[in-house]
Amino acid sequence: MTHSVLMQNPSALPVQPHARGEAQPYPVSRNGGRPLEMDWVDEIRINLSAAERRVASLPGRRTVKKDAQAAWLLKAVTCIDLTTLNGDDTAERVKRLCAKARAPVRNDILEALGFAGRGLHTGAVCVYHRFVATAAEALDGSDIPVAAVSTGFPAGLVPHDLKLKEIEASVRDGAQEIDIVITREHVLTGDWRALYAEVKDFRAACGTAHLKTILATGDLKTLRNVAKASMVCMMAGADFIKTSTGKEGVNATLPVTLAMLRMIRVYQERTGYKIGFKPAGGISTAKDVLNYQFLMKEELGRDWLEPDLFRIGASSLLADIERQLEHHVTGRYSAFNRHPVG
Amino acid sequence: MSVAQYYETMEYGPAPEADGEARAWLKQHGAVFGHFIGGKFVVPHSGKHLATIEPATGKALAKIAQGSSADVEAAVSAARTAQPLWAKLGGHGRARHLYALARMLQRHARLFAVLEAIDNGKPIRETRDLDVPLAARHFQYHAGWAQLQEREFADQVPIGVIGQIIPWNFPLLMLAWKIAPALAAGNTVVLKPAEFTSLTALLFAELAAEAGLPPGVLNVVTGDGATGALLVENPGVDKIAFTGSTEVGRLIRQSTAGTGKSLTLELGGKSPFIVFDDADIDGAVEGVVDAIWFNQGQVCCAGSRLLLQEGIAETFRRRLVRRMETLRVGMPLDKAIDMGAVVAPVQLERIKTLVETGVKEGAEKYQAPGEIPSEGCFYPPTLLWNVHPSSTVAVEEIFGPVLVAMTFRTPDEAVMLANNTRYGLAASVWSETIGLALDIAPNLLAGVVWVNATNLFDASVGFGGYRESGFGREGGREGMYEYLKPNAWSGRKARAKALPPPTQSADKAGFGVPPIDRTAKLFVGGKQVRPDGNYSRVVLSPKGRHLGEAGAGNRKDIRNAVAAARSAEAWARATAHNRAQILYYLAENLSARGDEFARRIAEMTGVSGARARAEVDTSIERLFSYGAWADKFEGSVHAPPLRGVALAMHEPIGVVGVACPDEAPLLGFVSLIAPLIAMGNRVVAVPSEQHPLAATDFYQVLETSDVPGGVVNIVTGSRDELVKVLAEHDDVDALWVFGSQDASAIAERLSIGNLKRTLVDYGLMLDWYDRAASEGPILLRHAVQVKNIWIPYGD
Repeated sequence: MTHSVLMQNPSALPVQPHARGEAQPYPVSRNGGRPLEMDWVDEIRINLSAAERRVASLPGRRTVKKDAQAAWLLKAVTCIDLTTLNGDDTAERVKRLCAKARAPVRNDILEALGFAGRGLHTGAVCVYHRFVATAAEALDGSDIPVAAVSTGFPAGLVPHDLKLKEIEASVRDGAQEIDIVITREHVLTGDWRALYAEVKDFRAACGTAHLKTILATGDLKTLRNVAKASMVCMMAGADFIKTSTGKEGVNATLPVTLAMLRMIRVYQERTGYKIGFKPAGGISTAKDVLNYQFLMKEELGRDWLEPDLFRIGASSLLADIERQLEHHVTGRYSAFNRHPVG
Repeated sequence: MSVAQYYETMEYGPAPEADGEARAWLKQHGAVFGHFIGGKFVVPHSGKHLATIEPATGKALAKIAQGSSADVEAAVSAARTAQPLWAKLGGHGRARHLYALARMLQRHARLFAVLEAIDNGKPIRETRDLDVPLAARHFQYHAGWAQLQEREFADQVPIGVIGQIIPWNFPLLMLAWKIAPALAAGNTVVLKPAEFTSLTALLFAELAAEAGLPPGVLNVVTGDGATGALLVENPGVDKIAFTGSTEVGRLIRQSTAGTGKSLTLELGGKSPFIVFDDADIDGAVEGVVDAIWFNQGQVCCAGSRLLLQEGIAETFRRRLVRRMETLRVGMPLDKAIDMGAVVAPVQLERIKTLVETGVKEGAEKYQAPGEIPSEGCFYPPTLLWNVHPSSTVAVEEIFGPVLVAMTFRTPDEAVMLANNTRYGLAASVWSETIGLALDIAPNLLAGVVWVNATNLFDASVGFGGYRESGFGREGGREGMYEYLKPNAWSGRKARAKALPPPTQSADKAGFGVPPIDRTAKLFVGGKQVRPDGNYSRVVLSPKGRHLGEAGAGNRKDIRNAVAAARSAEAWARATAHNRAQILYYLAENLSARGDEFARRIAEMTGVSGARARAEVDTSIERLFSYGAWADKFEGSVHAPPLRGVALAMHEPIGVVGVACPDEAPLLGFVSLIAPLIAMGNRVVAVPSEQHPLAATDFYQVLETSDVPGGVVNIVTGSRDELVKVLAEHDDVDALWVFGSQDASAIAERLSIGNLKRTLVDYGLMLDWYDRAASEGPILLRHAVQVKNIWIPYGD
């Protein structure tokens, strides 16, 4: 009976206590992982058309205006993993980004919104391993963690032992979050055991650093693949599941997000663990990010709007949010050059 | 709340849609409206008005005119005057007008959306994203049929003046569904919107006139049910198209019986929403939201009966209850809600009462915990768990946001429970196994089946019910036929009054060796049987010669024949190839006995031998035709705007009673039963009362042609008496009556018990030798009902 597990009373499961502490960067109990349950994978059904209809109707069902909208956008800023992942990155470029992460919104705007002095900052700064130490130093004294993309990002086809070494090196350099890429071949050939083993090794290599597993959903193509890969990664100990590297042909989409969020919900029902979600790539406007936030709140609840359970991988999104916030404050449409770049 | 407070709570906050333009329009009319007749607003003759309220606040919104008989008469007369000119304009001319109406709706989309939300109470999301765009699509699509009409409906002509009565749940969309095909086909319209929600119809009429629609083509008469009744009864109306309750549908059928008015009824439902254990459960939970919490559940095709496979029932309940936690009920113009207000206090009371009954009968009640506005007609999304097929709430249409849930064990049981209702409007099937889903869909007795979806609509896909959910289709090619009539039937003449029956001549019995006695029996369930009452009626030649005797069938014979026809259900599932072969075989065996049948016809009717022979030969040819059609009168594949298809399947109607005319006693009989059995129906035929022996001879042909028992049953006797029994029999799905005005009226009037589909000749004679008038699609269309199966796909 593939559904027998679903029938369990959730209260009988080991629920992890979760109190939202103010100062702790990671108030959520870490995913303990669990042995691979093939039933949990085999039973997964996702109907694409139904998923599309859900996400298509949501923007018509939910919206935020005025003060509520400003608040939601400020919240989004705190969830951004401010990212630079380019071949021409340099230490100075990374430092500039870190400075922006510390001060993502102009102070006069924050003041007008009643947020001056609250130390509002982005969720993290996300870089290649080469710049982890630079970023850690630049962010020293802030609560902003450094996230390192790893395991042969973006294709993930370097030898397995080198992937583990890369993770360990980034953790040594000060990364508190490791964004790994999975081997897509394991998903495309249905080799769930191999995927589980791989991610479990990554998790072990992370130690205390948090593990974000990038599924590269644009390569996996079907929502079934995405959902199954999500479930396997969570069983293997992922703290976050993340859509994309930003380098695939198709990056984060709302239907893919819906499929992943539903898996997070099932995993929580069964294990009590709350897993985070990170869409990445292609979220470049304030309007886009609000739709993701609506979906998070509707599918998973209020807790998933905070940076410990929600991150957004983006490079140009912040600039659009800044413009919208200025418009909210002044009533005039803003321009990019009025906001300091990162 | 401040930005900082929103930042803490992450609540949505108010997001109202502006209503200034809509209120300004009301004000511009002083919030008092007349009827729209002959291209302009006119003051009601009676001077009486009704108040229309805003359901979300309970406040008065405007006054609409109460239509009196003089108002209806004026509107019908305006429509009558306009109709020939409108028809003469031609397909292309009408296409231009319909296209302009589509564009007009798009230009004023937000005004219509806001006005509809205010007047009806439904969320602005729905009026803006669904009602208005679908209405515009309907006009655009039907502009296309007008353009193609002369080619695609060359053998059809418009019906004339159409009276249309629409409900309050989709005021503008139902207006579009009704008037677009009617106008496209060359008819003119008198529309009676629901008294709760007449405003968008009045706005539409006003803007349509501004967009150039000629006066009299579309007339709107407002008022309550009494006004609707006046429209139904008006002799100047050629057809009534009604969407609303089954109760009122019955009254309309009754009051139009025998008048020759054609009728389309789109009535209630209690549609099943079936979830198998291999479904995408979260997808199906979301489907439930769209099925029963769309438009506050005030949807005739709402998936209101949730049927869950036992193994997933508990999981489904848990996920559904969790989903209900996030549903938001609020003011219709709030852009962040899922549900608005119920249309009127009377509906709210009905919903409350039914839910109380459900709970009293043992249901477990779950309601969405979110806040609802304290004023106005609001009711929370509700799930009744632990409901059984015998519960009141599982049987009655609640027409509100209330879902009842039951379980099943196997696919067979799912189908059985789904069909265990008097209704048959829609159904939704959820399974990720294509074989299962596509096997279940045809077995559901419903006009629309959605696979892994619900409440999808498009102008290209016909919509309409089986059983007591009504008849006729709206949308698609099939919907156009509802507003056209065959040209070949236009010149039919009324039957001359029947001559008094001949008196039996006194044949002297001689001493020659007599022919062996041949007793004509009834033919029921594949067997020759004596009539229940064991009486016979003498059959005479026109000159009074005794030709034989035919059984005098009675109620019980009809009962037995219907039972036999019902149990011959396998015929509906026989392959079309198999049915075709049997029709050819019937022709072959009739041909082998052609001389005998010709003699019989000549003796009974007094026609010449050559004429009798021609009747036999034409009958043989007709059987061949339907052998040919059996595997060729197919459905079609629609391409609605989604990734997927809609399969329009031709399905048999079921058990059909057929009363045959006296003229052409063999050809008439064959012409009526052959299209029915070709399409998989089972028939209870009442042959010509005067000349029954050709039909009773025919049962030997049936016996030798491998026609399974029960597919064709023959009951001779008094036509009017037997038609009455058939019309009142609730297990007869359709009734065809040819041969008498009185019997036609009886059939229509008494068909209301289960709302059978009727096809009657109103005493007008068909030329059975004229193939255009009596053979092929002209009858085949009545021998099937179209089921549209929506299959979205993708992985």
